[in-house]
Amino acid sequence: MTDLATGAAILGTGGGGDPYRGRLVAEQAIKSHGPVRVIQPEELDDDGLVVPLWNIGAPVIGMERIEKGDEGVRALRALEAFLGQKAVAIAPVEVGGSNSTMPVRAAALTGLPLVDCDGMGRAYPEVQMITPTLFDIPATPATLVDAAGNCIVLQTTSNLQTERIARAVCVQMGGRAAMAGYPMTGRQIREAMIPGTLSLALKIGRSLREARARHDDPIQAILDVTGGFRLFSGKIVDVYRRIAQGWARGHFDVQGADETVRVDFQNEFLIAQTLSGRLLCSVPDLIMSVDSQTGEPVTTESLHYGFRVTLLGIPCNGRWRTPGGIALGGPGYFGYEQAYQPVETLIWEGE
Amino acid sequence: MMQRIGIDVGGTNTDAVLMAGDKVLAGVKTPTTADVSAGITTALRQLLPQAGQITAVMIGTTHFVNAVVQRRELAPVAAVRLCLPAGAAIPPKVDWPDDLHAVTGTPSFLCHGGREFDGRLLSPLNPDEIRRVGEQIATEGISDIAITGIFSPVQADDEQQAAELLRQIIPHATITLSHEVGRTGLLERENATILNASLRLLAERTITAFEQALVGLGLETAVYLTQNDGTIMTADHARRFPVFTFASGPTNSMRGAAFLSGLKDGMVVDIGGTTTDVGALVSGFPREASVAVKIGGVRTNFRMPDVLSIGLGGGSLVGENGRLVGPQSVGYQLPSEALCFGGSTLTATDIAVAAGMAEVGHRKPTLDAATVTTARATIQQMVEDAIDRMKLTGAAQPVILVGGGSILLGDSLKGASHVHRPDHYDVANAVGAAIAQISGEVDRVFEISSRSREAVLDEAKAEAIDRAIAAGARPGTVEIVDIYDVPLAYLPSNATRVRVKAVGEA
Repeated sequence: MTDLATGAAILGTGGGGDPYRGRLVAEQAIKSHGPVRVIQPEELDDDGLVVPLWNIGAPVIGMERIEKGDEGVRALRALEAFLGQKAVAIAPVEVGGSNSTMPVRAAALTGLPLVDCDGMGRAYPEVQMITPTLFDIPATPATLVDAAGNCIVLQTTSNLQTERIARAVCVQMGGRAAMAGYPMTGRQIREAMIPGTLSLALKIGRSLREARARHDDPIQAILDVTGGFRLFSGKIVDVYRRIAQGWARGHFDVQGADETVRVDFQNEFLIAQTLSGRLLCSVPDLIMSVDSQTGEPVTTESLHYGFRVTLLGIPCNGRWRTPGGIALGGPGYFGYEQAYQPVETLIWEGE
Repeated sequence: MMQRIGIDVGGTNTDAVLMAGDKVLAGVKTPTTADVSAGITTALRQLLPQAGQITAVMIGTTHFVNAVVQRRELAPVAAVRLCLPAGAAIPPKVDWPDDLHAVTGTPSFLCHGGREFDGRLLSPLNPDEIRRVGEQIATEGISDIAITGIFSPVQADDEQQAAELLRQIIPHATITLSHEVGRTGLLERENATILNASLRLLAERTITAFEQALVGLGLETAVYLTQNDGTIMTADHARRFPVFTFASGPTNSMRGAAFLSGLKDGMVVDIGGTTTDVGALVSGFPREASVAVKIGGVRTNFRMPDVLSIGLGGGSLVGENGRLVGPQSVGYQLPSEALCFGGSTLTATDIAVAAGMAEVGHRKPTLDAATVTTARATIQQMVEDAIDRMKLTGAAQPVILVGGGSILLGDSLKGASHVHRPDHYDVANAVGAAIAQISGEVDRVFEISSRSREAVLDEAKAEAIDRAIAAGARPGTVEIVDIYDVPLAYLPSNATRVRVKAVGEA
């Protein structure tokens, strides 16, 4: 579980929440209910119901208001009741950050298998930013459940509307809620989700741990597993945060030997470019900021002046590189004029 | 001229300095005693004849953090969390090392109460439920209680009410409330609150002993203890919050090094009897660690200096013809075990004496020249590696050497633009204590949709200043030194987390 949490924090690209608490929550459930069976998408029946589970809301709230513990299961049961069908498996939607561990608990409590996949291969801030949207799979019916026992069933006209309405409901639920949605068949899971991402997170965590134990370069270990690139190293010399439509948006500047690189974020890191305007990496590719010595991820909420960080760029899953994927989660969606270019192309040009 | 005394009670030595303004008038070093106050008395006896009018005594001590690390003199604690219906997924102390969990006791209680991020009720406190918990705690014979409510840094009423109810059942209870101990982050704050509750008895005993030692010497003056961020708190505040002294050791040595050298930025190398601490100074203060800090294996959210400790000190054993130095050390037995004191153990100090770098003890050990050369190179390499790991940039930086063990090093180090060995380097910790200021801090979530960010920051600043004054700062000298605000992500309702720190003169 520790390896999963570490890998998930790396894939969180600065957002997605701190998986430390998520790990404890999942570990408690495994301790009392036994281990979770992880299955590959190929093992699913074509028609069985698979229910994705996640938490929506501010990660900072999760740091303080620890869950009751059964919110995920109740969201699942409410969705099953609405659909009149039992789930055969649970799936994560967001492997980056604390949403990697949340469905592990529900799987332990229910005994349902957990599918080794997710809908992002990273972390994204909004509900509709998930590969099933690219396959016209609706987010609803979906359910939101809080610790007090409130339960809301949503049926919406689009996945974007789901995001807007769920966000408003979540605020009334104290800023954080468990959500079940994107109900899919096994066939749809295979078609629309990204396979093997839970294993990838585990592998990143394990490589990082082993590299540290061997006193090898921890950052190289991350790059070896993810096929990523070192973008830039330096010291954080400025952090600017502001509120825009309920998001933590802002930027931080990393000063290196000759240049300064600015990274913009909306909970997750969106775009990294030099102050002279040379693009280093942008969404949907993954931008990570890690402690230059330990390889420990530095998230948007812990960015601080003086930290010495290394920025990494990791190619995203191919589904995000289609025209639809770039429109849904590329720089244009977040208001940038720059056209998306794959990180490996940018690295190639930079050299 | 007003004078003040700074004292550092370390694991091996108790150091004391007498200061007037920014001048160090005298410094002494004596062995730390088992009851800690006798060492203070010995040190002060040597200083006082040179002293004039003493206005304040500042004490830095690693006594409480050592108690946690060594699992000794800790009291059992009842942990009460106000959280239901939320909060049950991770019970208190889940992530603690088993041995510490055992000595601090197991009872923990989840009760109704607590708040949402904006101060709304999560669920109302249930007085009957709290009384029942109180009766159970009384039955178990526990009198140290830690109360932690969800979002209590936003709205602390529930914690206070629960404390009153529990005190009705257990009148002699010592209760620590989490909103007074820590910041947002329930588990870390709760951990710190439980540790604090566990240390209250020891704190009462130790600080009373400090005060009696001073009174016994005719020093009837204000007594302060130094805390994690390089500022001080009154003795009474420290009795209630011993956890705030946890990082004062490295903080004091780095602040002292900055003060003595006159440098604001650079690397500090503090070599003691057993370990060497290396840290970075940024604008006169220690650089803080970016990751959650564990104390004795327990995760807390204290801001601690980012310090690398390596097993090298004046008492380090030298082996393999000088290729191996430390981590084993004779520690406080240096004055009997080391060759230069007529003992039979080859220590790092003996190498320095044999090399003519220092005069310690009463006899110069006869050593093989190759061993001395190799050991010096080993020591040099260990320190240079540590400096390199802690540096923020590749460029050469000034290095300040402090601590009694810094005689082990010469005047040039790789990666150092200049090596400073300021006067009174061996009592830098005590100097750091003597120059500490008083602070007040606010850290909580504010709801700002109905007013401007400036109004919220002003409210937070005023609160921080009030807290500094309440902690003993002189009004008029207090200023805001740190403002940090983070909007809460994913929430359209404009809640923001604000952290403000104010400091002033004692």
